[in-house]
Amino acid sequence: MTAAIATVPDRRVPPLGGFSLTFLRLEIRRMLRNRRTLVFVLIMPPAFFLLFGGLSDTYQHQVAGRGNVSAYLMISFAVYGSMIANTAAGASVAVERALGWSRQLRLTPLNPLAYMATKVLTAMVMGAVSVAIVFAIGAFSGAVQMPGWAWVVSALVAWIGAIVFAAFGLFIGYLVPSENVMQLLGPALALLALMGGIFVPLDVLSDTLQTLAKFTPAYGVGALARAALVDDHVNLGAIVNVVVWTALFAAGAVWRFRRDTARV
Amino acid sequence: MTQTFPGAAAQAAGRATPAVALSGLTKRFGAVTAVDALDLTIEQGEIVAFLGPNGAGKTSTIDMVLGLSRPDAGTAEVFGMAPRTAVAHGLVTAVMQTGGLLKDLTVAETVELTAALFAHTRPVAEVLERAGLTAIAGRRVAKCSGGEQQRLRFAMALLPEPELLILDEPTTGMDVEGRRDFWGAIRADAERGRTVVFATHYLEEADAYADRIVLVSHGRVVADGTAAEIKAQSSGRLVTATWEGVGTSEAVTLRSLAGVEDVELRGDTVLVRAKDSDSVARHLLTTTPARDLQITSRGLEDAFLALTGDNR
Repeated sequence: MTAAIATVPDRRVPPLGGFSLTFLRLEIRRMLRNRRTLVFVLIMPPAFFLLFGGLSDTYQHQVAGRGNVSAYLMISFAVYGSMIANTAAGASVAVERALGWSRQLRLTPLNPLAYMATKVLTAMVMGAVSVAIVFAIGAFSGAVQMPGWAWVVSALVAWIGAIVFAAFGLFIGYLVPSENVMQLLGPALALLALMGGIFVPLDVLSDTLQTLAKFTPAYGVGALARAALVDDHVNLGAIVNVVVWTALFAAGAVWRFRRDTARV
Repeated sequence: MTQTFPGAAAQAAGRATPAVALSGLTKRFGAVTAVDALDLTIEQGEIVAFLGPNGAGKTSTIDMVLGLSRPDAGTAEVFGMAPRTAVAHGLVTAVMQTGGLLKDLTVAETVELTAALFAHTRPVAEVLERAGLTAIAGRRVAKCSGGEQQRLRFAMALLPEPELLILDEPTTGMDVEGRRDFWGAIRADAERGRTVVFATHYLEEADAYADRIVLVSHGRVVADGTAAEIKAQSSGRLVTATWEGVGTSEAVTLRSLAGVEDVELRGDTVLVRAKDSDSVARHLLTTTPARDLQITSRGLEDAFLALTGDNR
């Protein structure tokens, strides 16, 4: 017995800070198991697309940029779905902190950065599903008209641009340790979508509100996603909007995360 | 008690790296000093009870051993490494009071997820089997009883075959039988040379299951040794007698006798804690009307109270 205990076994540290596809797979499975998340991410955005008249005769025959208004609405609600999916995945950190699961994970080799990366990837997968559903409805209904390349570009931008909301979700997740954080974020996202020109074009707002709207976090991703349909030149303001908000939310998340680990 | 310290043997064999080495470890929360310049070395293979009343600084110390919080002063090393490094190598795991589980995963998924985070683990199926979780492997954690969840936490902690297992009040909320089974499993496991450190405020647990007891109070180690050694540290006996009409002046006289540590009156019963119980007994029986005299040696509980100074 004494001989056996004299040496410490040579154990490896897991590569990539403990990042693993098993963990990612289980995270995605958890998201898909959550009925409320499914309603928010997979049902509400296409439902809103239909309710706002996305497939209506009027919008099919109304021109918007290189396509019709149906295309405009489809892209907008894909962005909305992507926003919610990303926020929900990021904000799941709040639930895990409230349950003490974050503390449990700190007893494993999992590096906090690998944990955050898994959350962001989960957000991206859920966002992709949400965008795909709205686009599929648009495609199969035959109502949406725009050039083939615009379909691809707008879908990719709606998907990837929503990363700003993964950062937003993480920030809120580390800020509010609550199991019911999405109840707070649902209305907040609807407000941001309204202010960001996702639900209605910004033209309908007053001049002051229009200017203000361009500084809100949903404006950038919405404008960029629709650029393939309506813009003739690069919308620099929208790019700056996405970059700055992503940086701000990410910095906020890291700041709160640091305080969190100093305390627990 | 005839058992020897495995750690002492390892030391004799050429001093292996200690499992835990704490030096001047200090943690303050505002004005409160939770851990006060604590020094402690735990050798590999020891089963150590970290015993103390609530608020003694047990959990704060464990947090620093696991790298969950940073000491304000002093150092903590686990197998000669920084705590977080030892955790990353899978050398130390723990079952904590505060560690939570995800309600929306099944038992098997929880173990599978945990296994995915370590470089080296036992097979998931084997771990489930050994923890008696196979039958409920497909059950959601939310639907598991408290005892089942605790078994799951234990299975997760043993998964990477850690060299050091830390348990913070592991049997809180378990019934007597569950507690016995739990400790049976821990002891069986420790036979293979694993170091086990458990925090507890149950004296019986420390007495029955630990090779060594480290008694902490107000963030400091106040006694350290086998249960027998600790009992001996606060040596002396308790002399009890019935003395009708005994009053404060008589108590003061008793207190002044050589070797008397404490005198307590409970109605007509007088209780004297003394190193030299014989002379107290002689005094009581020859010079006072005291009768029904009893002499008992003090147990671990008395030692606990005397050493932690929380008996008044």
